[in-house]
Amino acid sequence: MPEPIIYDLSAPGRSGVNLPASDVPPAPLPDELLRGDLPLPEVGELQVVRHFVRLSQLNYAIDTGLYPLGSCTMKYNPKVNEDAARLPGLAQLHPLADPENCQGALMLMHELQSWLGEISGFDAVSLTPAAGAQGEFAGILMIRQYHIDRGEPQRDIILVPDSAHGTNPATVTMAGLRVQQLPANVAGEVDLAALGEACSGENAEHIAGMMMTMPSTLGLFEPNIAQVIELVQSVGGLMYMDGANMNALMAVVKPGELGFDCMHYNLHKTFSTPHGGGGPGSGAVGVNAKLRDYLPGPVVRRDQPLDDAPADNGDAPVPRYDWHMPPKSIGRLKAFAGNFGMHLRAYAYIRAYGGEGLRQVTRYAVLNANYLREKLRGEFTLPYDQTAEGARRYCGHEFVVRGAFDDAPDIHALDISKRLIDYGFHPPTNYFPLIVPEALLIEPTETETKDDLDKLAEALRSIAKEARAEPQLLHDAPTTAPVRRLDEAKAARQLHLCCPSARPGA
Amino acid sequence: MSYIPHTEAETQSMLAQIGVTSFAELFDAVPAGRRFPSLDLPPAMSEMEVAAEMLAISEANDHAGDFTIFRGAGAYHHFIPSVVNHMLLRGEFYTAYTPYQPEISQGTLQATYEYQSMMCALTGMDAANASHYDGATSLAEAVTVALEVSRNRRKKVILSHAIHPQYREVVRTYHQGKDIRIIGDRGRGELVDLIEMLDSNTAMVAVQYPNFFGQVEDLRKLADTVHASGGLLVVVANPLALSLFTPPGEFGADIVVGEGQPLGIPLTFGGPYLGYFAIKQRHVRKIAGRIIGETVDADGKRAYVMTLRPREQDIKRERATSNICTNQGLMALAAAAYLSLMGKNGLRQVGELNYHKAHYAAAQIDRLDGYSVDMTKPFFNEFVVACPRPVAEINAGLLEAGVIGGYDLAQHYYHLPNHMLLCVTECNTRAEIDRLVDSLEGLC
Repeated sequence: MPEPIIYDLSAPGRSGVNLPASDVPPAPLPDELLRGDLPLPEVGELQVVRHFVRLSQLNYAIDTGLYPLGSCTMKYNPKVNEDAARLPGLAQLHPLADPENCQGALMLMHELQSWLGEISGFDAVSLTPAAGAQGEFAGILMIRQYHIDRGEPQRDIILVPDSAHGTNPATVTMAGLRVQQLPANVAGEVDLAALGEACSGENAEHIAGMMMTMPSTLGLFEPNIAQVIELVQSVGGLMYMDGANMNALMAVVKPGELGFDCMHYNLHKTFSTPHGGGGPGSGAVGVNAKLRDYLPGPVVRRDQPLDDAPADNGDAPVPRYDWHMPPKSIGRLKAFAGNFGMHLRAYAYIRAYGGEGLRQVTRYAVLNANYLREKLRGEFTLPYDQTAEGARRYCGHEFVVRGAFDDAPDIHALDISKRLIDYGFHPPTNYFPLIVPEALLIEPTETETKDDLDKLAEALRSIAKEARAEPQLLHDAPTTAPVRRLDEAKAARQLHLCCPSARPGA
Repeated sequence: MSYIPHTEAETQSMLAQIGVTSFAELFDAVPAGRRFPSLDLPPAMSEMEVAAEMLAISEANDHAGDFTIFRGAGAYHHFIPSVVNHMLLRGEFYTAYTPYQPEISQGTLQATYEYQSMMCALTGMDAANASHYDGATSLAEAVTVALEVSRNRRKKVILSHAIHPQYREVVRTYHQGKDIRIIGDRGRGELVDLIEMLDSNTAMVAVQYPNFFGQVEDLRKLADTVHASGGLLVVVANPLALSLFTPPGEFGADIVVGEGQPLGIPLTFGGPYLGYFAIKQRHVRKIAGRIIGETVDADGKRAYVMTLRPREQDIKRERATSNICTNQGLMALAAAAYLSLMGKNGLRQVGELNYHKAHYAAAQIDRLDGYSVDMTKPFFNEFVVACPRPVAEINAGLLEAGVIGGYDLAQHYYHLPNHMLLCVTECNTRAEIDRLVDSLEGLC
């Protein structure tokens, strides 16, 4: 039996809360402005608990198993960080508290800004973006305004590789700029000839910048990154880095030192803040000196006491933290100052690891990915497995396999994914990046053991054999999940987005 | 090493399987001159030390747990039933991601569908999405939808000055790259002044309900006039106020957005919160973000799935109208659990407690020498107090009495010096209100 909808558990007069009686005299209510019926369910407390617990049991999650969803970095979310997020001085702190009353929170944000800057080699960081996509939006708005302020408003083209996350081109459009897509070369890298063409002639004067993901969405380090950056900047463009794959870069390379002008971080990927079944994320954005005055605000600034003199009692001077709106800021991206609940978890995470610990995070994320890739070699095609010169190459923290077989033409990547559910694993990312037909993008993360990677590899190899021998098993999959494959066409054709009992007069 | 489970023996055998002898070889494609920088960060900490440090940071803040709080202005201290947090702590919910694989995500999907349904119930609208980042970004996305509905032919967006100042800033941030005009909020205009700005170039008018000053206005005439001019009415509504007041869907709002934080989400210094977004059926395919629909599986069993996917950035790319990907899924779950517990009667009771306590406080303060409260218009749980001194001075005095005072309106409304926006919720007892009133009297 499927779990009933909450409205089906409702009975008139039942209640799930115990509220206090009013201790003030009642005031007259304005009759002409009052609503009639409020069609919410009426359910007892235990029944609500059981309902949501049973719903939770229909989910697959990191806490229940390996979740190799490429480009999402589904690593362990430390429990101690959840405890921290519920401390009263953090959970019950008002966002419009006067700075004197929230120095702890402001200090935390200031330190996190500076640590993220150190990790990626940027001069300044704003924590306000609520998600990676908002970080991208901030970055492109800053680049746009930078060119306008330099008297070059005609710079309205952002170059985007065809392997990019969909948020990249969507962001460019949202910011009022134009996308020029760049093809990949045979090795899945930026095609330098095509880039050279885009950065030449009349087009060069319109280049506002370029967005790149590093490692690329294929999980590969771009060997020509220095040339790419130099070429774009030589014609006046700025370089934006999509930091979704930062888990492969910590203490390996600092994007700011490579020459990127701007990047966003996904705190919910690299820095372990929980994905929450779809969010909240947190998408801090870092910039070099060119863009620091344009950062979305407010950011936190540390005001040193005058002349740094020791206090009267000889103690070190106490810095004071305050909000600051950068002078040419592109503005506010959301009310208040970002998803602070995610900032504090990322702070605790970085604090637990330290600099060398973060190096280990990246090393093991990359080790796990390369190990799993080797275990699949032979059974699956590994696209872009060699450099343009034919040399062997390693992957970053994730890799792509082709989810199709020449001798099993009816089998698609989706079938493999669905069959993997029957083996007890969450599937990889399907059909992304778009430049690999039937792509399966696999990201194991550093928090998985060798044993579990072996089991995942074994499951995938077994599925590859089933694809030839018993393809129907794949077509019918999953059979062990709470539901079988869904009729998605029906969902879109006959839109049913709201329970009828929630409608007025129901 | 913290959360990395590998033994040394496993590490060596894995390196061998790959065919390398060291980690460094795996990174040979990274430019050599920039490879392997050191990170100047504080040294690693044990779990005990992390917990102690977080506690110390927490204690360095003055918060609603230790102080009596009368500050709202877009973020509210409300009672949250214990069950809500326990549900959020289910690892099956909070360590999952976007339900791309519906067969193993029915928990998130059904809970989100229930959230959408209950937001429709509150707002009186036909459909709600799975959430935006917060109330401000929901409003910014509503502007995009309104422009799209006019096929980008209408270029004027009218915002009431009585919308949260930060929300209006966010709208301007979002749309700075577009050829549109955002007007209406520079003065101190009433609803009738907004009506005068309407013309055939107006894509939408947005108002807040209750407005930023706490007042509840009758918006029927505005709705009719906006529609007569061919534009959309967007209402930014406090969802808790909708437990008492006419839902915007009933008086003709085309889009209702707002901050879902009052529905079971803690203050947390401004986020993560919950941008809700509800719309009338005729515009539903213009909605941005994730949206959950009901369908059946291969056996005909009822099930839920993300639908209308072709609108989204990962499919439509540069032709998408929004780049939103990650939303506030867990916060939508909090709201679903909160509304399920409160139900029809509980939510109404919370709304009434807010209303009566705020009115009691307003009447007491209005009686004080030097203070006055404008009570000519109905209000919900916030009201404006004209004070005898600058608000910062009054708040400093209140803090000494253990009270976090109201929001200083002069920061954003230059015509309101010495005016404070006070908020009273079900969490404030009569004794706390009386202490506030006594303290204010002493600060005259």
